[in-house]
Amino acid sequence: MNFRIVHALLLRYIFLYTRSPVRLVEMVFWPIVDMLVWGFLTIFLRQNTSGSFPHFITFLLGAMILWDILFRAQQGVAISFLEDVWTRNLLNIFVAPVRTIEYLTATFAVGVLRICVTAVALVVIGWLAYSFNVFVMRWWLIPFFLNLMLFGWSLGMISTALILRWGQAAESLAWAVPFFIQPVVAVFYPVSVLPAWLRPVAMALPATHIFEGMRAVMQTGTMSWAPLCWAFALNLVYLALAGGFFVWILNYTRKRGLLTKFSTQ
Amino acid sequence: MPETDTRETLLDAVELTREFDGVKALDRFSFKLRRGEILGLLGANGAGKTTAMNCLLGLTLPTSGHIFAFGKSLQAHRIEILQRCNFSSSYVSLPGNLKVWQNLLVFARIYGVAQPKRKIAELLEMLEVAHLRDRVTGQLSAGEGTRVNLCKAFLNDPELLMLDEPTASLDPDIADKVRKVVRRLQRERAIGILYTSHNMKDIEEVCDRVIFLHKGRIVAEGTPEEIVKRSTEHSLENVFIKIARSGDLEDANGKEPTP
Repeated sequence: MNFRIVHALLLRYIFLYTRSPVRLVEMVFWPIVDMLVWGFLTIFLRQNTSGSFPHFITFLLGAMILWDILFRAQQGVAISFLEDVWTRNLLNIFVAPVRTIEYLTATFAVGVLRICVTAVALVVIGWLAYSFNVFVMRWWLIPFFLNLMLFGWSLGMISTALILRWGQAAESLAWAVPFFIQPVVAVFYPVSVLPAWLRPVAMALPATHIFEGMRAVMQTGTMSWAPLCWAFALNLVYLALAGGFFVWILNYTRKRGLLTKFSTQ
Repeated sequence: MPETDTRETLLDAVELTREFDGVKALDRFSFKLRRGEILGLLGANGAGKTTAMNCLLGLTLPTSGHIFAFGKSLQAHRIEILQRCNFSSSYVSLPGNLKVWQNLLVFARIYGVAQPKRKIAELLEMLEVAHLRDRVTGQLSAGEGTRVNLCKAFLNDPELLMLDEPTASLDPDIADKVRKVVRRLQRERAIGILYTSHNMKDIEEVCDRVIFLHKGRIVAEGTPEEIVKRSTEHSLENVFIKIARSGDLEDANGKEPTP
C-alpha cells in the first residue's frame, strides 16, 4: 500500500469538506437533532415512570452517541464513494494508479474524520443540554469506539459494493444499510428483549457486544473483556468478508463493463 | 505501420473481443501503438471505440484477448502500467466542487509528481488556462474544462496517453491550440498517443496512422492519406461517412478488398 496515494485521496476529501460548509453542517445537524429528540424523550419518560428507570438518559444518549460512531464510519466509506460518482470523477480514479486497498483506506480515514467532528458535537451538546457525561464509560470508550468504527467500515464496504453493482439508482443504500441492522444489534435495548430466535443473529454482529457492554459499564462501572474480544474477533471476520465482497463486486463490474456507466449516469 | 518499424511497442492489443449480452462490441481487435506515434481510433457511434478505450484502460475486461503495455500484461501489472499512462475524455470531468489547482494537486500527488506546484503552473500556462487556477472547476466552460482535463492528463509526463475526443467541445481556435500542444508533446517526449475524435480535421492534422472500426472490427488501417487513396472518396470525412453507412472502405465493386 502506498500512503502517498492514500494521503492524496484524503486531501481531496479534505478540500471538499473545507470548501463546503453545508457538508460540515450536515455532519453535525442530524446527530444534534437526534440527540435533542432522544434527550427530551428520556427526560419525559423518566418523569413519568417514577424513577423506575434511573439509567434512561445515560443508556439512550450513550447508545445514540455510539450508534453515531458506527453510522459515521459507514458513511465515511459510502458517501466518499458517492462523492466520486456525483462528481463523475470515478473513472479518473479508476484509471489512475490507485489500488483498491488505497482507495478504501482513504475512505476509512474520512470515516475517522467524520467521527471526530460528530462525536465532539454530540459530547458537547449532551453535556450542555442533559449533563450527560460520555466519559462515564471511562477507558471502555476506546475499545467501544474502535470496534464500532471497524464494523462501520465493513458496512460501508458492503453498501459501496451494492451501489457499484446496482448503479446510482441504489445510492439510498448508503444510508439504509446501517439501519437494516439497527433493530438487531440492540442499540437502545438489551438483547434479552429480542425474540429468542433472533438473539443468535444479534450475537453474531460485533456491534451487539458493544452496546451490551456499554449498558453493563453504565450500570456497574465495569464489564468483562469477553464481549470486547468477541466483538473484535467478529470485526476481523466481517472486515475480511466485506473487503472480499467489495473486490469481488469490483471485478464483476469490470467484467460486465458496468464501471464505465458511472461516468454517464 | 510497416513491420520494419523498430520503435518500441508501447501498447499491444491482441485479438480483443468484448461481448455485451451476446453482441460483439469488439471483435478480434488487434493493433500496436509504438513510441512517438499518434494513432487515431475512428468509427461511428457504437463502432467500438469507447469499449476499446475502456478495455485498454482496464475499466472493462475483454471477453477474450490480451492487452500488453510496455511489454507487460495489463491484467497482471495494472498499477505499474497506469503509473506511466494517463487519460483524458471530454465525457469524464474532474470534481466540479474543487478549485482547479486543488484537483490538479490531488492528481499530481496520486501520480507522485515531483514539485507538483511548479508542474501545475507549467501545464496551466502551456494550455493557456493559468488564469483559471483559482476558479471552481464546475464553473468552467466546456472548453476550459477540457483544457484543465488535459493538464491532468499531462501531469505525470505519461509515456502512453489516451485522449477521448479531446477537442469535442472546443472552438476552432482552442482546438487548434490543443492539437498543436498534443503534437509538440508527442514530438518532444516521444509519447505514444491513442486518439479518438469525430473531427476528421483533428485526425488528419494530428494522427500518424488511423484505424477505422465498424461493429467492433477493423475495416481500414493506415495513414490518413493512404486510406483516402485506397478508397473511392476524396476526403477522410467522406471515407468516415462511407464506412459508417456501408461498413466497408470500398463499394461492392470497389477497387480494393476490405482489409
